[in-house]
Amino acid sequence: MELATSLLSGNRRALARGISVVETGGTAARALLSAVYAQTGRAHIVGVTGSPGAGKSTLVNALALHWRRQGRTVGIVAVDPTSPFTGGAILGDRIRMQPLCGDPGIFIRSMASRGRLGGIAHATSDTIDLLDAAGFDVILVETVGAGQSEVEIASAAHTTMVIEVPGMGDDVQAIKAGILEIADIFVINKADRDGAEATMRQLRAMLHLGGPPRDGWEPPILPAVAMREEGIPTIAAEVERHLEHLRDTGQKADRERARAAREFQLIVQEAALERARTRLADAGWDALVAQIAAREIDPYAAAAELLD
Amino acid sequence: MERKIRVLVAKPGLDGHDRGAKVIARALRDAGMEVIYTGLQQTPPMIVEASLQEDVDVIGLSILSGAHMTLLPKIAQLLHEQGMDDVLVVAGGIISDADAKVLKEQHGIAAVYGPGASTHDIVQFIQENAGTRKA
Repeated sequence: MELATSLLSGNRRALARGISVVETGGTAARALLSAVYAQTGRAHIVGVTGSPGAGKSTLVNALALHWRRQGRTVGIVAVDPTSPFTGGAILGDRIRMQPLCGDPGIFIRSMASRGRLGGIAHATSDTIDLLDAAGFDVILVETVGAGQSEVEIASAAHTTMVIEVPGMGDDVQAIKAGILEIADIFVINKADRDGAEATMRQLRAMLHLGGPPRDGWEPPILPAVAMREEGIPTIAAEVERHLEHLRDTGQKADRERARAAREFQLIVQEAALERARTRLADAGWDALVAQIAAREIDPYAAAAELLD
Repeated sequence: MERKIRVLVAKPGLDGHDRGAKVIARALRDAGMEVIYTGLQQTPPMIVEASLQEDVDVIGLSILSGAHMTLLPKIAQLLHEQGMDDVLVVAGGIISDADAKVLKEQHGIAAVYGPGASTHDIVQFIQENAGTRKA
């Protein structure tokens, strides 16, 4: 498969085209992912989430610069919401990453959620696989958190970072949105503002309320001023330490097995459905649906007959 | 999943007047397109590299500084070198009719819109001309 070969050899245009293919989905997407799958599994996948305006893009930019200086390559996926009214989107995360422009060790892709509940995780997960196969050492995935789709994207990441800012009542947010459960690292950005210490204390108190650390990892709470690149080396070090922890405790292997199980199930479901629909053709499918609606047959028997 | 039209909106050079670009970005979003807004002070290599990574169908360039005859041909040249001739390039700003003619005839710019152009016309042009994907 030409596109796959090109992508795997480092051709950036092929990578960009490949991402468009997996965003659209369908046969071509499956063929591409199938062709590159053996080359995935090497990258460290880091999810970055938090409220709009918390400074995620600026922080992603700073972390990428830091890792670049260490000679690591970085892929970035920036996800923004699609307007539910118009179906369009303004993807403005790149604008915060100007210093990364022109660096061949960086690849940035902006992605709109396209109103797919949970489906956004599909396209994002596939894009992560392509960046992984293309050889990037670290893949940063930035989303506006945290809803259902963010939780799903978090399950594709090895390390999930939640960004808060001081004194915005974010302590209440954190409890409501289930952020405490998905965060491996907390960053208090804009830490030069009033209330930063108080926010860190509140967050620490809430974490302790939740009982002993999950899986032996106590999430660090780290201050930063991303715009001035302050606090970045510590954050990067903690991200790396988290991956080591996952490796040492066998959790990395567990998570990857769980992810593979989830994805395989989804893929089989999709494939079975598509096969059934192809066998029937639209007319046959619609006729069956009409029979079911008229109570002439029940959907369970119809499905069993179709799949056997 | 139907394909969305992806548009990169950029201001090349040192022109700081971005109201027009933002109005266009919003109009395109309202027409269902995905707009990658890269903002001010973009160099031609930055614009072409971003367009490549984002696999856009369209590039929208806003220039009011008068530097369009230097910057736009440069961008067109870089696109050609990258094999990206299938990307639709649309320009807007303060560009004389004479310059617009040269840009369209000699540098592959598909359309040039000046002050007073309707966003409806721009949207329609893009929808009709953003090419179908070649693999």
